[in-house]
Amino acid sequence: MNYHWNWGIFWDISPDGAHSYLQTLLLGTTWTLATAFFAWCLALLFGSIIGVIRTTPNAWLVRLGNAYVELFRNIPLLVQMFLWYFVLPEVVPQAIGTWLKQQPNASFYTAVVALGFYTSARVAEQVRAGILSLAQGQRLAALALGLTLPQAYGFVLLPMAYRIMLPPLTSELLNIIKNSSVALTIGLMELTARARSMQEFSFQVFEAFTAATVIYIVINIAVTFAMRALERRTAVSGFIGASPAAAH
Amino acid sequence: MFANFDFDVIARSLRYLFFDGMTFTLILTALATAGGIVFGTMLALMRLSGFPLLAVPATGYVNLMRSVPLVLMIFWFYFLVPYIGQWLTGAERPIQVGYFTSSLVAFTLFEAAYFCEIMRAGIQSISRGQLAAAQALGMSYPQTMGYIVLPQAFRNMLPVLLTQTIILFQDTSLVYVLSITDFLGAASKVAQRDGRLVEMYLFAAVVYFVISFAASQGVRALSHRTAIIR
Amino acid sequence: MTDIQIDINEVSKWYGPFQVLNRCSTKVGKGEVVVVCGPSGSGKSTLIKCVNGLEPFTQGAITVDGISVGDPKTNLPKLRARIGMVFQHFELFPHLTVMRNLVLAQIKVLGRSSGEAHENGMRLLDRVGLRDQAEKFPGELSGGQQQRVAIARALAMDPIAMLFDEPTSALDPEMIKEVLDVMVGLARDGMTMIVVTHEMGFARQVARRVVFMDKGEIVEDAPTEEFFGSPRSERAQMFLSKILQY
Repeated sequence: MNYHWNWGIFWDISPDGAHSYLQTLLLGTTWTLATAFFAWCLALLFGSIIGVIRTTPNAWLVRLGNAYVELFRNIPLLVQMFLWYFVLPEVVPQAIGTWLKQQPNASFYTAVVALGFYTSARVAEQVRAGILSLAQGQRLAALALGLTLPQAYGFVLLPMAYRIMLPPLTSELLNIIKNSSVALTIGLMELTARARSMQEFSFQVFEAFTAATVIYIVINIAVTFAMRALERRTAVSGFIGASPAAAH
Repeated sequence: MFANFDFDVIARSLRYLFFDGMTFTLILTALATAGGIVFGTMLALMRLSGFPLLAVPATGYVNLMRSVPLVLMIFWFYFLVPYIGQWLTGAERPIQVGYFTSSLVAFTLFEAAYFCEIMRAGIQSISRGQLAAAQALGMSYPQTMGYIVLPQAFRNMLPVLLTQTIILFQDTSLVYVLSITDFLGAASKVAQRDGRLVEMYLFAAVVYFVISFAASQGVRALSHRTAIIR
Repeated sequence: MTDIQIDINEVSKWYGPFQVLNRCSTKVGKGEVVVVCGPSGSGKSTLIKCVNGLEPFTQGAITVDGISVGDPKTNLPKLRARIGMVFQHFELFPHLTVMRNLVLAQIKVLGRSSGEAHENGMRLLDRVGLRDQAEKFPGELSGGQQQRVAIARALAMDPIAMLFDEPTSALDPEMIKEVLDVMVGLARDGMTMIVVTHEMGFARQVARRVVFMDKGEIVEDAPTEEFFGSPRSERAQMFLSKILQY
């Protein structure tokens, strides 16, 4: 290969004049994590609400929940980002549209909202599946004790469902971190965008992408370990999530 | 608010959107799915082979691909494929390949990791008794896999494989980052040229929605049907 | 016993520290029917699976028709193709029709022509009384019918011996007879058979010898009349009194 490796490039000053390339990558990492974190909060909140109403006995609520999930699942994330970023400010009343466009960090807010709603549909699927996987007897037992339906969800169904959902939620959390890279298309300078711009200015393609890849892997491993620890701490014996050793 | 909504811009560009854009999207989806399933199945067999020499690299590959964003992989392969081509052909300088080739390689190799996990689950869902029965009939390992295990695994996993294909179909929109004229790329070019972002992006969203929704309903019907047969 | 077909000699097997087979020895002559019985977990299924190498064993030797099963140089697929096996849970291939189940290994393993394989398959379906089910899928048949197809599938390979691993224990009671009838017919035709079963009526009717196993050991290996008349070991007496009580 006639490619000229130069691993020292990371300590060179980037075109912004203040940071080394390595620092720009780390800066990008913080944007990636911040975007993913706020979007994840949004996704958990809306995903839980939608997931729960899809398991209620009310047919109209179930339909509403289903429509929500289908809407956000069947449009590519990138297109959803464009809708929030380019289309929304044009179709709301002009004053609001102008205000939206003038926000500093507009691409960050847009990325959080787009990613949050997109992921909420996937979280809603997991929440629904988690609740439905609990035996019908749990719901009946809770109601038979005189709990109201919201109490039954809050004290009995959801605490157990979240434990069952932890592994799939972990993979959604990893997905949201990876998916935040899509926001580079609306100008968010997250990790992948930083690697891309480092490649454009320094011409050291493979160093830039290798560094970004390594950072993503490290984030992945850290999140996976943290979630495993959470799984162990919340495990209920005799149930999914309990450690295999306890099953003997 | 839709008072100055220009439907005409959509009508005028339909040919470009579908003949140029959607054709690219569908071909990329089909080829990457086919390649991804083949390579993914190979990876799954390697992971399940019990030989560390095969299992460890396959596991590492799958974990690597699943740890990084697809966008980064698209960039990676855009720059890497020319060098891979040079290495494969022994040419003097990196081979210039088109956007199509580089994105096809990227999607195939990326999605293979996901298809691998689906096929692995499918293979593991086949009972050990089926393996024993095939072996008792004197079948070799390739025969057992080819005639007994993989057909059943593939059939059991068909709804999941198709769902992954729908995800792949949506993911192909990410070739936008290479300024390729896929369906979204075409819509985006018209949008920029005519200053009609609202119309074009809404239309693109509707088209993606209709196709993905119809396909996922089809998969649902299929999985209900196969569930009854078994 | 003039012609020894299956020779099991001092076979032992461990799963980690746990010994599942302990120095098991027995011989099966050509045309002989041997029933293997014993409490669950006694190792009888493991032993029969050692005969065609589906389960590897740790010590000892097994030869089938003079070929050593444990020898790493032995072409196991080739040897297995000559030994028929019938499983507790039938293990028909659910994605293939009954006829495809019968012809697949004939064509791919034995290299028979499609016409010959189909002809042979049809003849054997006829023999187990399922001629009209050829184009159905296994899932559409009853358990008893599936097991008869499984027997036909094994016979289609023209085996020199048949191994039955609890062939009736997953069946509803009313279907057991139809399967046993086929097996009795096979025994009468002179097939060499090792049958792991609790069907003592079947054993009395066709078995020449009964092998009783407990805790991985062959405790008793006696001619049938002797085994049912006066089992020597206490463990075999206990076992018989339990399963023959009703």
